[in-house]
Amino acid sequence: MEHLLNIVVRAIFVENLALVFLLGMCTYIAVSKRVETAIGLGVAVVVVQLITVPVNNLLYEYVLTPGALAWMGLGTLDLSFLKLITFIGVIAALVQMLELVIARFAPQLQQHLGIYLPLLTVNCAILGASLLMVQRSYDFAESVAYGLGVGIGWAMAIVLFAAIRERLKYSDVPKGLEGLGLAFIVTGFLAFGFIGFTGVEF
Amino acid sequence: MLRHLTHPLVSENPITVQILGLCSALAVSSTLKPAFIMSVSVVAVLVFSNVSVSLLRNVFPRSIRLILEVTLIASAVIVVDEVLKAFAPETADILTVFVGLIVTNCIILGRAEAFAMHHRVAPSLADALGNGLGYALVLLAVATARELFGHGTLLDVQILPLSEAEGGWYRPNQMMRFAPSAFFLIGLIIWGVRSVRAEQVEAGAYPPASPSYREG
Repeated sequence: MEHLLNIVVRAIFVENLALVFLLGMCTYIAVSKRVETAIGLGVAVVVVQLITVPVNNLLYEYVLTPGALAWMGLGTLDLSFLKLITFIGVIAALVQMLELVIARFAPQLQQHLGIYLPLLTVNCAILGASLLMVQRSYDFAESVAYGLGVGIGWAMAIVLFAAIRERLKYSDVPKGLEGLGLAFIVTGFLAFGFIGFTGVEF
Repeated sequence: MLRHLTHPLVSENPITVQILGLCSALAVSSTLKPAFIMSVSVVAVLVFSNVSVSLLRNVFPRSIRLILEVTLIASAVIVVDEVLKAFAPETADILTVFVGLIVTNCIILGRAEAFAMHHRVAPSLADALGNGLGYALVLLAVATARELFGHGTLLDVQILPLSEAEGGWYRPNQMMRFAPSAFFLIGLIIWGVRSVRAEQVEAGAYPPASPSYREG
């Protein structure tokens, strides 16, 4: 249990996908002008990560990994080169399914998340989490913990950033730096702060 | 024709203006060599995807075009990934998951959707090359600054003699070795570009509450 908790904490703070691994930056910069929308997107990311990372883990372990299809008499078959195309397919399909399920059972949430869900298909934080999961050869339980951790970590990062950006309204900055330029520099400072978490462990 | 090639270099640059493809630009820019290989990979995938999407644009059913585009892109990325693992294994180790993440690099899907779906092959090819080079330009500029000031080297050749080991004068800036420095550099690049080209400033991103305040 402690081991799993450690994976969650590491994924949130020490190896935060947005601020330490710099994944999902396009969405991070583009959809962080208001705290409310940032929270909506953050929740969507947590849900999608929590589903896609374990599903991709099962697929990789039982279909793609070398020798996984031995029971079909294909003992030496190595399909791991197909992981990219499989993972992106799983992510795209799951995002669409999630959209349908939410529209059917939680129409209010749909209004909240509606426009952000499709965006997540091309968010590199989602694909990145699955690829990192393979690279570290997590088992199923570990991948659930990892999916939860990276989702929360990414959501926290974008909400923090949106809160700072809302306050920037009151600052008087040089003309060319306004907006995008300042957003980059603020993210830089946030990311520096997260380097301080290096080595945090239970 | 030529416009499609030159336009994305500065005035429509994918990174600093369209805010596309940031992740890889930030994460692989610590030294010049991986940045260079990454740029070549992205240009190769972008050219393949734009040309093939443009060729197939009249065959694709509209409702499932996104997933078909992503499949085309993913196939190209798998080829690039395998080639890198075979011919440049050390660099592939440094780039780790970032080669795979070219699939979700928004420049590629973005250009396929916004340009290649509506244009013939030749302009699509020019657009792909232009956007690829625009991406490479920013990536290489950031990587040059980070390697030069963070390690005193360029492409592993010592440019600034280090003070500790070789009795030189340069003390490496440790900050440049960390990923966040890429944010500062891109922020400064955007500032620089926008000071020259004022039309790129987002109109009224944060309009002052009372205009008279600034006069004071």
